[in-house]
Amino acid sequence: MKVLVPVKRVVDAYVKVRVKSDGSGVETNNIKMSMNPFDEIAVEQAVRLKEAGTATEIVAVTIGPQQAQEQLRTALAMGVDRAMHVEADAGVEPLAVAKILSAVCDQESPDLVLLGKQAIDDDSNQTGQMLAALRGWAQGTSISGLETGDGAVTVTREVDGGLERLELPLPAIATVDLRLNEPRYPKLPNIMKAKKKPIEQSTTADLGVDVTPHLKQVKVEEPPARAGGVKVSSVDELVDKLRNEAKVIQ
Amino acid sequence: MSAILVYAEHDHTELKSGTLSAIACARELGGDIDILVTGSGCADAARQAASIEGVRKVLLAEGEHLENHVAENVAPIIERLAGDYDYVLAAATTGGKNIMPRVAAKLDVQQISDISAVVSADTFVRPIYAGNAMATVQSTDATKLITVRATSFDAVEPGGGSAEVETIDAGTDAGLARFVGADLSASEGPELTTARIVVSGGRGVGSAENFQLIESLAGKMGAAVGASRAAVDAGYVPNDYQVGQTGKVVAPDLYMAVGISGAIQHMAGMKESRVIVAINKDPEAPIFEVADYGLVADLFEALPELDKALGG
Repeated sequence: MKVLVPVKRVVDAYVKVRVKSDGSGVETNNIKMSMNPFDEIAVEQAVRLKEAGTATEIVAVTIGPQQAQEQLRTALAMGVDRAMHVEADAGVEPLAVAKILSAVCDQESPDLVLLGKQAIDDDSNQTGQMLAALRGWAQGTSISGLETGDGAVTVTREVDGGLERLELPLPAIATVDLRLNEPRYPKLPNIMKAKKKPIEQSTTADLGVDVTPHLKQVKVEEPPARAGGVKVSSVDELVDKLRNEAKVIQ
Repeated sequence: MSAILVYAEHDHTELKSGTLSAIACARELGGDIDILVTGSGCADAARQAASIEGVRKVLLAEGEHLENHVAENVAPIIERLAGDYDYVLAAATTGGKNIMPRVAAKLDVQQISDISAVVSADTFVRPIYAGNAMATVQSTDATKLITVRATSFDAVEPGGGSAEVETIDAGTDAGLARFVGADLSASEGPELTTARIVVSGGRGVGSAENFQLIESLAGKMGAAVGASRAAVDAGYVPNDYQVGQTGKVVAPDLYMAVGISGAIQHMAGMKESRVIVAINKDPEAPIFEVADYGLVADLFEALPELDKALGG
């Protein structure tokens, strides 16, 4: 089974983001950037499939600026076999990303595409589903379990109210949720080796994809701040405030 | 006048509250509102949809292949209908998130996810970076596909309307994903995303056994039980209890955060609650910055007291 894992370079999950004062976006200069944490889980799952003898080859692909190659190096250090960089500006919309990935699928013919359920920058949660639609393949979104079978995978999805299981005939797309696994830290020798591995490069034009945005970003603002409240000194005072001031309990 | 299609989620009998919020968003956009109900044996849900004031028509597609709302079978129906509409809306629930992008890609439309406000006919506000920034975006697509953040729009009340229910072609089984089974939590209290009161526990609760204290208080208050990601990761409760960026977004009248420090990712899921109470023994915990009422106390002392104070 050949596995394709798309990864995205995003502001690190532990950085407190700051909105630029001109409202044009979020500050990303001199900020720690990392692989989208959900994509890291997808890479880990692919590597585990290879270690289990199920996956034969893992290809990681990223779409973004030159620096996004750092995230490909991370993926290589974690255990993917090959890495591809499709050069593009940051901020390619999910629909265009799905089209680019579909073009990559034409070249690579993966059996399974594993990707994060969403990127933690724009929080769109669309790319996997869009890719599945463009390919006419089955999709399993927000998965926390994956079992491989004969020509199919069975996924456990995290849905509102619990879990759902689907059997997906291959080729298929699965988007991964947090609880699927805990990604490994790459070992130093693997990080060193990853630095020397080749990265296959192309552009959106090479792949024949139009990345013209459909959405115009008008502005980006800070969310409305919540005014801090008061400290109460006892449970009785709390109950009194909730009953008589906020009137949220009887 | 614009035409709006709302994809409905339901339990075969009633519409889910997220859908009622999506309909509220449709009313705000203004126009003829049609509701699409898909499933098997869900005529009751269609009737309820028809009873909502301001609904022009309910489109009902029924078939065994639609029973479990598998995206591969539902998406082609929406895709077929979309050409007649200016907007297609769904709630930004796990169901809406699963199906809508599949439709959008086929229509070559860039979906707008999880909108929290309507600015104008083509411009919307949506949270990005886990709600730490709000983006205003303008769509250039002729048909706009949108998922709606349920907590940002007050759910409409069914009643006052009498729209016609029209049965439409349900399509066929795409023969792709096959539903194997579901394991839905049989929680006794109200549903987390629609409860009027939510009591959530964090890592401070300490163990799965101690979570009984949270459950007991929630039971007494008629509240739903939630949890921080730290409590879920520690194995105290299942993942569907999780409130936050990576879990559920809630906005109840009263949110009680017990033993929760207030990580950014948790606050992204609850800071729109009307009243927030924090109980934590660390006076420096960030949760106090958003709490309307903060009590610095050991939860193992405060909760039994609270239980008693509310008992009468």
